[in-house]
Amino acid sequence: MNVRAAITIFSKDIRSELRTRYALNALIMFVITTLSVILFAIGNESVSPEVLSGVLWIIIFFSTMSGLSRTFVSEEERGTVLTLQLVARPVEVYCGKLLFNLVLLFALNTFTVALYLIFVTSFSVSSYSIFITTLVLGTLGLASASTIIAAIISKANTKGTLYPVLSFPILLPLLLTVINATKMAADGAALSEAAGEFQVLASYLVVITAVSYLLFEHVWKD
Amino acid sequence: MDLFVSFERKMATKSIIGLWLTAVIVAAFAFPTVPNPASWHEFPIVPGLEEKARIIFFHVPMAWTTVLAFIVSMIYGIRYLAKKNMDDDLKSASSAGLGLIFCILATVTGSLWAKFSWGSFWNWDPRETSIFVLLLVYGAYFALRSALEVEEKRASLSAVYAIIAGATVPFFIFVIPRIISSLHPDPIVNSRGKIEMNGSMLTVFLCSLAGFTALYFWMFNLRIRAGRLENKQHSIGE
Amino acid sequence: MPELIFQAKDLTKTFSRRRIFSGISFVLGKSDSLAITGKNGSGKTTLLKILAGVLSPSRGSTEILSDGSRIKDADRFLYLGLVSPYLQLYDEFTAWENLDIFRKVRDSRVPESRLDALLERVRLSDRKGDPVRTYSSGMKQRLKYAFALIHDPPVLLLDEPASNLDREGISTVYGIIEEQKKKGIVIIATNDAEDLKYSNRIIDLDLLKAGGAS
Repeated sequence: MNVRAAITIFSKDIRSELRTRYALNALIMFVITTLSVILFAIGNESVSPEVLSGVLWIIIFFSTMSGLSRTFVSEEERGTVLTLQLVARPVEVYCGKLLFNLVLLFALNTFTVALYLIFVTSFSVSSYSIFITTLVLGTLGLASASTIIAAIISKANTKGTLYPVLSFPILLPLLLTVINATKMAADGAALSEAAGEFQVLASYLVVITAVSYLLFEHVWKD
Repeated sequence: MDLFVSFERKMATKSIIGLWLTAVIVAAFAFPTVPNPASWHEFPIVPGLEEKARIIFFHVPMAWTTVLAFIVSMIYGIRYLAKKNMDDDLKSASSAGLGLIFCILATVTGSLWAKFSWGSFWNWDPRETSIFVLLLVYGAYFALRSALEVEEKRASLSAVYAIIAGATVPFFIFVIPRIISSLHPDPIVNSRGKIEMNGSMLTVFLCSLAGFTALYFWMFNLRIRAGRLENKQHSIGE
Repeated sequence: MPELIFQAKDLTKTFSRRRIFSGISFVLGKSDSLAITGKNGSGKTTLLKILAGVLSPSRGSTEILSDGSRIKDADRFLYLGLVSPYLQLYDEFTAWENLDIFRKVRDSRVPESRLDALLERVRLSDRKGDPVRTYSSGMKQRLKYAFALIHDPPVLLLDEPASNLDREGISTVYGIIEEQKKKGIVIIATNDAEDLKYSNRIIDLDLLKAGGAS
């Protein structure tokens, strides 16, 4: 694999996004809107930190579903898949787009978490070491799984609705784990107590990335 | 899997499976439950469940069969990706279809069992969640297939999805215990004891397991043969 | 340039149980040019995509041999250039940016200076800084030629080479075809009888089908 090729594909996607801003604006508004709805729904009720840990990841999951399919779907819609097939090896396309989704999701989640911590007053983090580690590992796993599924649905007819339908069962082990770990972070558990969660997240990340890497060519090529 | 070919063998297989499962069902319901099982056909009483414990003869084999069906579907998916033979895709999809049916049955019987044991149909306990996730995977698999018109693409992508699901769903085995251990101590979860089986119960149980497995293979074979005939019909009609 | 052979063996393509074509075989060497003709829908574009390596045949194979040794399938794209109505470029980027992106992705050993030379060749130098979405269809077609030639491939595959072009564009393109024929191989898919004059070999997909393909 030519690393330069993957990096160029990644930077092409970034530059394209910065130039057109199609996705970024919509995603930011999505997070703001979803958070607002939740704040209205909570109102003055006190909601336990356990539930709020789950709600945070619901917002993250749905914003992932809103944003991470674009990198593949836009190529299909514009007809540039053929072009990429002519200039790059499948693995280079995969790595470039995975990197793009990773950067996008890290940016998005940072934004989401920041807003969440500021505006959802009943939710506070006692153990930042657990929280940050969970966010990092969770974002990596989420981006990786979402990327291969995005590649799959980009070739299908009902892309938008199919994306969460295919992603949810695959992501459920990750979601359950990160929600659990976030609860621990809110409770102020020691870092070592969350070691099991981190192990699951790390191995999930390795497995899903390895499987995606091996199977991508079958999705990408005709 | 061209095991069953001649008419006589087909009739024989159908009859054997039919009789076997009938015997299992009869034994499951007819054998009495007594406090101290003495004779060969008596089951012990399971505290709390009594007669309703009989559901174990059906629920567990169904759950086992749906997992088996998924694994078979995944294997044929891998074979399709390797050889691009449409017949492998037919087998993969046929097995998945059966898996879906058994999964629905397993979910329903599991829910009944939950109702018998703890009084509510759904608790999100580990096994209920796992079977539910499998149901979601099957649903997603068929949603994907129906969104793809080109045969070759449909075959490749559903094979890829089945493999990804096969790789990630087992993570539940590791995830669930950790989730449970951090839940508030829940008497329902803790009192979920295994059902103690005596010799005759175990025998009927294992026979049911074998019967359902055989049923699955028989239906699998039937679906493949029907699918192949349908394909031939389409090609001739071209 | 090394001794190059482009070989197709028994190419067959079936889509959802419809047989598009079968049994297509040929061997091409340097200076050969092949024309593929047939009415619309006869499978010209499909065949061209298979030859370009972006579509798998249902049966059969294609090979590129350089000095006798077989080029790996994964590397074939380095030896091919394709122009097609189905090819799209990134219209939010300028012509120069497009070519630069593809240069870096495909083969970064190609120097940046080549891009200006290519744009000059297809007469787009004055518009190289404009986003492709502002281009006319004729300009886009010429840019596609620049795209196909960045890495100076020995094999050029052209689907409807003159589509959307005015007279000047057509003469530019045929100039490119002649140059390419001298150094390598040209394969054209076309309905235009004129194009057939540029080829020394012809495959007629309609005739093949009518003749009862083997």
